[in-house]
Order: sequence, then C-alpha cells, then structure tokens
Amino acid sequence: MAVPMVETDASARCREIIEGEPFAAVERWKGTHPGGKAVGCYPVYSPVELVHAAGLLPVGLLGGGNRIEIAHADARFQSFICSIVKSTLELGLTGQLSVLDGVLFHSICDPARNLASVFARNFPQLRVEYIHYPQNLASPQAVTYLISELQRVRGALSELAGQPVDDGALRESIALYNRWRRRIEDLYRLRRTSPEILPASESYALLRAGTMLPVEEHLAILDDALARIPSRTGKRQDRIRVVVEGAFCEQPPLDLIAGIEEAGCYLLDDDLLLGWRWFTGPLPGDGDPLLALARSYIDRSVYCGTKHDVREPKAAHLVRRVRELQADAVIFLCAKFCEPALFDYALYRRALEAESIPHLFLEFEEKMWIFDRMRGEVETFVESMLFR
Amino acid sequence: MSEAPKTSYQGRIHLLQKELMGEYYDALTEASQAAAPPAAYMLISGNPVELVRAFGMLPVYPEVNALQIAVKKQALPYILKAEELGYSVDNCAYVKADIGLYFSGRTTPFGVIPEPALILCNYVGCNVYLNWFEHLREYTGAEIFALDIPFVRDPAGVRPEDVQYVVAQLRELIAVCERLTGRALDWEYLRHICRLSARTGELWAQIKHLTKHTPCPLDAYFDAVTLMGPLYCLRGTEAGLRFFEEAYREVQERTQLGLGPLPQERFRFVIEGPPPWPYLRTFRDQFSRWGAVAVASTYSTVGGLWEFGFAHDPERPLESIAMHMLYWNLTNRDLLRRYDQIRRYVQEWNADALVIHSVKSCRLFSAGQGDMREYFSKELGVPTLLVESDLEDPRYFSEAQMRNRIDAFFEALEHRRLDPAGGAGR
Repeated sequence: MAVPMVETDASARCREIIEGEPFAAVERWKGTHPGGKAVGCYPVYSPVELVHAAGLLPVGLLGGGNRIEIAHADARFQSFICSIVKSTLELGLTGQLSVLDGVLFHSICDPARNLASVFARNFPQLRVEYIHYPQNLASPQAVTYLISELQRVRGALSELAGQPVDDGALRESIALYNRWRRRIEDLYRLRRTSPEILPASESYALLRAGTMLPVEEHLAILDDALARIPSRTGKRQDRIRVVVEGAFCEQPPLDLIAGIEEAGCYLLDDDLLLGWRWFTGPLPGDGDPLLALARSYIDRSVYCGTKHDVREPKAAHLVRRVRELQADAVIFLCAKFCEPALFDYALYRRALEAESIPHLFLEFEEKMWIFDRMRGEVETFVESMLFR
Repeated sequence: MSEAPKTSYQGRIHLLQKELMGEYYDALTEASQAAAPPAAYMLISGNPVELVRAFGMLPVYPEVNALQIAVKKQALPYILKAEELGYSVDNCAYVKADIGLYFSGRTTPFGVIPEPALILCNYVGCNVYLNWFEHLREYTGAEIFALDIPFVRDPAGVRPEDVQYVVAQLRELIAVCERLTGRALDWEYLRHICRLSARTGELWAQIKHLTKHTPCPLDAYFDAVTLMGPLYCLRGTEAGLRFFEEAYREVQERTQLGLGPLPQERFRFVIEGPPPWPYLRTFRDQFSRWGAVAVASTYSTVGGLWEFGFAHDPERPLESIAMHMLYWNLTNRDLLRRYDQIRRYVQEWNADALVIHSVKSCRLFSAGQGDMREYFSKELGVPTLLVESDLEDPRYFSEAQMRNRIDAFFEALEHRRLDPAGGAGR
C-alpha cells in the first residue's frame, strides 16, 4: 500500500537515534562537554528554555518503549497504573538513568506526581523537581504565580548547574527554541499539506530524536530534512484524513503510528510529544523572559488533557481543529490507564457525535509490539468511511 | 481463626450521625425542589466550606454522594451508565457513579441532589477532581470556579507566593459568590463560622489523639468514617460542633472506662487508603475476627490534618482557609510526607502493623503504594500488608481472596509474637 520512500539522511539518523541505546546521544554530549549535566524532562511540558539557559541538556524522559522488561517497577506501582510510569521507574531501578543529573516532573496526573516522590526516595543522587502549573488560567493571578514557580525552578537549575541563569541567557534560549519550534511547525505544516510525501511516522521520528539531542544539533537536522523532503514526489492515495488525539504523554511505538497510516490514514495532526511544541506562536524575545514564558503558557499554549482551562471547553478546540484541517475523522490513541486521556474521551466523543464527526477509539501501551488487531480495527474503520 | 465477635460498637455518635446526615440530605432534597438556597458543588480535600457557608450557600459533595450510594450497594448501575456514555472501566468510579447519578435524575434513596449554582473545583492534590468538575460543568452548564491550590513541593513546605496566590483567588471567589447570591460577604459571620470550625477541628484532633490509648477507644478507620460525614458536611455549623462535643465526650468516657470497639484488642494497626465502601462491613469483620483495631488512618486526614496542629484562625480567615487547603490535609502533600505521617502513627500510636488498602479508583492514594510497602517493611521493619480492591466499584472486591490475605498476615503476626526470634512473617 505505502509508497516506499527513500529516507533523507536526517530521517535515517533520527530513526537510528530513537531506536538505538536510550540516552546514547546524551552520553555522547557529556563526552564532548566535560562536567556537563543533563536534566530529564518527564511529559508533558517542561520549560526547556530554563534548562538550556542554565547550560544543562534537556532530555526527554519518555518511558522505556517496547524494549524494556518491567521486572522491578511493577512491585512499586500496581497493575492499574500506566506503562510509562513503570517503565520510567524501571529505567532508574536498572541504572539506565545514571546519565541524568536531574529530573523535572509536573502536575499532570496523580501517578506522575507520586512517581516524583518515588524517584526522590530511590535515587537520592538525582535532583528531582516537581513543577505545579496553574490550573486556574482564568485568574489574573495565574501569571504572577507561574512567574514565581518558574523563578523557583530557575533557582533549582542554577544550583544544579553551579551557575546563575541570567535573563540574557534565558532570552537567547527562548529565541533558539522559538526557531526550533518554528521548524517543527514547518514539518507539521508540510505533513498537513503533503501527507503523501511525509508520513507521520517519519515526522514523529524526526521530532522524537530532538528530545534526545542538543537543540542546536537538532535544529540543523530539521533544516536539512525540511530542505530535502519537499522535493520528493508521491501520489496522493485513497486514504482518510485523520487527527490523532490522546497520546500527549506515554508514546505509542513508532511501528504503531506507521501501521495506522498504512491501514489507510493520512495523519494530518496529532498530540504526540505535545509538550515539545507547547506554544502556538513564538515567545516574546524582549522584556522579562520569565514573564514571556508564564504569559505564553497561560495565553498561547496548546490545549491538552493535562491542562484545564475553563475559558473554553477542550472539545471545542478539537472540533475546530478537525474543521480547519478538513479532516474526515478523529482517531483516539489513548494510553492504557491514562486517566486524563480517558476522561477527555467521554467529552470529546459527545462533541464529535453532536458534530457528526466519525471517530475511532484505540487503546495502546508503549510496550506493545504486535499491532495486527489494532491495524485491523483501523482498516475496518477506514473502509466504513471510504465505502459508505 | 473461627467465627469471632463481630463489630459491636454502636455508640451514641453512630445514631446521632445518622440523624444529622439524614437532616443534611433532607436539606439537599429541599434545595433541589425550591432551587434555593444555591448549591455549591465542592470536593472534600481541604476545602473553603467556611466561605461558602458565609454566603448561605449549601455545600454539596459529589464524593460523599458517591460513597453513600456505594455503602448502600447501589453504585454499579450508575457506574455502568457512565461507562455507556464513554467513560472507561479504568476511570475513577466515584466520578462514574456521580455522573451516572446525574444522568439518572439525581435521585438517591437518601435524598435528591440539587443542581449546582456554582461548581467550585477546589483542586487540592487530586488531578481527577479537575476532570470531574470540568465534566459536571459541561453537563450542568453551571458556573465553574477552578480554585487552584499549588501542591506542596518545596522541602521547606508552603511557599509565601503560594499563599498569596490562593488568598487572591479566594477574593475572586468572594466576588463570584456575591454576584450569585446577591449579598455582600459578612466578614463577622465568616469569622464566626471559622470559630465553629476551629473548635470542631480541635475536638476531632483530641479524639484522634485518644486513639493512642490501649485499648483504642474507637476504630480510627471504621468508626472514624462515621465522624467524617459531619466533619465535612456540617463543619462550620452549630450542629456540627455539637456533634463533635458529644463525640468527644463519648470517646473520652470510653477511654476512661477502658472500652474498645472489640471485646479484646489483640492487634493495633495503621491503615492507609480509602475504604471499600460497597463492602465496608465485610472488610471490617475481616479484621475484627483477629481482634485487630485500626488506631490511625490516613484516609481520615483527607479533609484536614487537625491532629497535627491545624486550626482555622477567625482573625485571619482567608489565610487560614488557604493554609488548610495548601498544607493541612493529606492530599496536597507528597507521598514522602505521607510516609512520615504513617511512620508517626506507627510509632506514636504504638501500632503492630501497617495495612495498605490499595484502591484502583484513587491513584492519588494508590500510585506508588508498592514503594511505600518496600519502605515500611524493608527499611523500617514494620509488618506491612498490601491488599487491593476499590472504593466504589463492587466488581473489584473479592471477599475470599481478601480474607485469605488478611488471615495469612495476622497469622504470621501472631507467630512472630509467640516466637519473636523465629522471624515469622519476614
């Protein structure tokens, strides 16, 4: 079904990085940066600009995928807890996080919050910080609060780095990440306009590698990919146009994403690695950089299952996105036991049904490696839409 | 162990509690018919009920409604109803029972739940609260106020910025309540309510310290939940205070007489986690048959940690309401602070063991309890039992399995007592 596509060097390299040893790129960075320290960023959103401005390497701490066997962590977290919590702990309990010097956790859900405590107790050599993001975004006080919280995190990161993080450095990091996020947006735009030449699995691999590399290095990779991919040719196939929703935290296996595409879908947009492309536009480059980060979080960030904003119902965003992209359907790709995603689904379903937008609900686990049944479900769904 | 004495303690407080909770639900029913006074939906964990009462609003607690349904063994149809609407089997069953109830006419055997005038989402630790009230807002169309309470995440405790943030939000909330009720806040009345709450909390704290006695005068889990109804639903009222005066008298009397909830107290345990409401009696009996009494429980501190020094301050009502939500409750504290709390219980309440009741619905409580078991059993040498079921969904309670686990645990404890050098149970 799929047109075989020659990967660009950039894409091939990214695939190698994400399929290779976890954190090998971080080890490499440390090799060339003596005394350099790395900070793991648990999903969903971390203020990576602060980490970068401190001279630290922000690294995605995104679970163990489908190549880790949970042998210890399941004695600490029960069977009804999502996989990423357990696989992340397993990485720590098996010594695979020794490359990290600090970890940021956030107020996304109860298991992730408790994981921060379990990390603090079990890995005393790690600096563990827990960030509480405001959940009353309608309040004028939220921005003041968030500035104070970011200031606290800045202090913690300064301590870890052994140097202060001044506003100038932070403004530079903000400018750099603005450029980086713009490239990612370019990638998504290309995928939306020409999905036949850029599969979602490839754009995902390109982005995912960025969670493991220094931003400067990854920016060059994206530049290269964006220079080459548009010259590809591909024939538009008879596929449905889909928005994927629900995988903003635990990540599905790459082969599952490819499998869904090959089952007859163009995945125009998704919420994979959502925290790494958190803002809907560039952050202000001048003025108080903490204010820029805080204000942007409150007024210019994407909607997400872990962010609650009473100013507008979440489902309205989803419906709007489907309409804007002229998508045919929504595929919910929710991690097993992910309460935020599973709760959202009930409201999304209601809104989509009211709008007569077809949708399919799929539940995945990062550790799965056989996708036949799921692929079959997608094929049936696609057929029901193409031949109705 | 053959058949043993079942729970027998049914004191005055149990009867009085029934009466008061009946009156509370009668008031809800009346409000649902008259559409007045305005109902404010709120959550149990450290909440600003004092402020809500100052406006004459009626506090409604979806958690309490859900657990009452579960105790009456009527939760399952509501849970299934919510699952039909798209909620997952893996979502919190409190939420599902409540939403199932909402779509079934809000009518329970104990009262009719009024529609909300205000959905006051006091986000104190539990992230599911946010989803829950977001959904209720969607279904009811009522006004929502998301009261954001920063989690305790600084080793030093609550940060001054956090207190300012919460107090500033409380001022916004006051403006909302003034608009909804059409009346200005009477600060003197608020102070009066805070005085009632302060005195109520003090008595509750004294009761909890009385359970250090041997024998323990009341079960700090199975009887404490009886007291928690009035603590939450009637805190800040004269009736609530009178109840706690009566309760304190009774527990003190029992302490002086050397009376416990069981004819003989053989084991003292600390229990962590919410109860299995649909099987409360069954669960209790599984401990009672071993002469095991809960001397302290973390669940009874969800709504407040008065026993460790909190009191509302009538002179600084907003700041003390903020501190109650920020710091003086179990749910807004991290897991390691909970370990400390349990460690204090084991030591100061002189317990033989820790029982962890791990419930699927409430990940705030349960996520990571395996690590807690590791800490207590391996690092502190406290005999620890971890059992699993649920707080609302009856499908997760297996009576025989539960009984086997509890029997094996206490049998091992008994062996260890008879033969301390033998290392039984290790």
